[in-house]
Amino acid sequence: MTATRVRPPQPQVTAPEGDTGRARRARRGRAIALQVACVAVTLFMGLPLYLITLAGLSSRESLNRFPLSLLPTDLSVETMSVFLSSTGVVPGFLNSLQVGLYTLALSLLIGVPAGYALARYAFAGREPYQLFLLLTRALPIVVLSVPLAKVFLTTGLYDTTYAVTLLHTALALPTTVLITSAVFVAVPRDHEEAAMIFGATGPQAVLRVVLPQALPGIAAAAMFTFVMSWNEVLGAAILTLNQRTLPAQVLATLGDSPLAYRFAGGLALVLPAVVFIAVMRRYLINMWGTTLR
Amino acid sequence: MARRRPGRSRLPAPLLLIGPSLVFMTVLFAWPMVVGVAQAFTGDQGATLRYVQRMVDDAYFWPAMRNTLLLIVVLIPLQFAFALAMALMLRARPRFHGVYFYIWVLPLAISDLAAGLVWLSIFTDRGYLNSVLHMLGLQPYAWLSYQNPTSLFLTVLIAELWRATSLVLVIIVAGLQGIPKDYDEVASVFGATYWQRLRYVILPQLRPSLQVAMILRTILALQTFAVAQALAGRNFPLLVGETYYWYNFLQNPNVAAAIALVVLAISMVTAVGYLRLLRDRSPGAAR
Repeated sequence: MTATRVRPPQPQVTAPEGDTGRARRARRGRAIALQVACVAVTLFMGLPLYLITLAGLSSRESLNRFPLSLLPTDLSVETMSVFLSSTGVVPGFLNSLQVGLYTLALSLLIGVPAGYALARYAFAGREPYQLFLLLTRALPIVVLSVPLAKVFLTTGLYDTTYAVTLLHTALALPTTVLITSAVFVAVPRDHEEAAMIFGATGPQAVLRVVLPQALPGIAAAAMFTFVMSWNEVLGAAILTLNQRTLPAQVLATLGDSPLAYRFAGGLALVLPAVVFIAVMRRYLINMWGTTLR
Repeated sequence: MARRRPGRSRLPAPLLLIGPSLVFMTVLFAWPMVVGVAQAFTGDQGATLRYVQRMVDDAYFWPAMRNTLLLIVVLIPLQFAFALAMALMLRARPRFHGVYFYIWVLPLAISDLAAGLVWLSIFTDRGYLNSVLHMLGLQPYAWLSYQNPTSLFLTVLIAELWRATSLVLVIIVAGLQGIPKDYDEVASVFGATYWQRLRYVILPQLRPSLQVAMILRTILALQTFAVAQALAGRNFPLLVGETYYWYNFLQNPNVAAAIALVVLAISMVTAVGYLRLLRDRSPGAAR
């Protein structure tokens, strides 16, 4: 690798001593400028996370002081524990967990076979089906939530975790299908055929040979689904009254809660994201970046 | 390519496999759509425009419309410039790029409500930004007051820029990885400057990724709601926030459904508009 910006070839061949020194200096200058820019962006992206952590871990009393301290001088779990013991927070947490897991299970159950079909078969209606998936992904959540509330009211599902699960599954399913189909495409068809030559039936070959190989990718898809469900707030807020998920609970009490409660809620909602990205870093580009198309 | 003993089942295998998802999606999308249109346009005595009228007459509707559109128009170009710069910085492989990438994509998994609360801790009257201003000897400012619409808009803009740029970044980084390094190297051997390579080699090949990210982000930006809700409540009305407000506080699902349909209409128009615009320009410019 030579310098990134190479002039026409001739000067390079007969480059005198001083010129290479200058080129090296220019290269180092660029590297420093790049680092400065990277640090600046990192501060913009990271500082707010530091500050919400600081706010969530400060005592109520220190949050009432002005100016607020920018350094963790006065850490306490008081704000978080008050938040966690407020009405609806722990149930909301459990509801979120439940909805997330149900959504994950249901969307895998329905989505994985469809992803497999997209990856392995060229069938009539494949293109329209993909178009249909894209179309559903482009639909705003609000458009579904309000009428679904009415539908669920008449069917007795309103204000249950099942109602939220159905909505979240509908939102996650297109992505699940697209991601799992990409995962199945990466599993060589030969393996499946070899298993069938050795006497496995089609479903057996899929269960014993293809699925184990696709499992890491499917797990990644499952985690995306869970996070989507964990983060979704509007639909959950409209479809529930007492069985609120955590974000819906925080949203509903936003107007008449003290700042400390809101900061603690912010931190509680941010923490799973930090863990999730740490676990998923390897998959992000391939899963999210490429298959989102 | 149905290799699997065709005669065995009556339905072809792929149909059996996609069937459940097709049924599920149709029920959960088509049914609410029909109900939603009915909610918005029918009252006790058949068809009515009463709810639409009420929506349009509401004092918050047009500001919400204006804010929603203004946010998209300002946010999307900024976001794409920012994400592209970030992706190109990562492409240069600076030291610690692994750490940078981790921190830059963190907001990808942060909900819009959480993002609003994060920035609330900064912009609120006795928050961190005013604390810093105070320490520097400057006058604190009421960033989130309804009397300062400009700063209110800016706070929502910054929070959205912070939260949603990582989605664009990930799509662009994935797109950059798909570009063969040879093209870039050939261009640089022939003496192209960095900007020339960016303009004539990298950007044209990035077009499909940018296109997808653009459509996706615009549709998602239309649905911005919880960020503004956490930062400003109804002081910064947005269309989706109005739906929530009409449904939950005014208990009027009909007007809420009407606003939801407006959001749907705008998102369809923008999606189709983008596809038209980007397709028409591509044949000449792509190569």
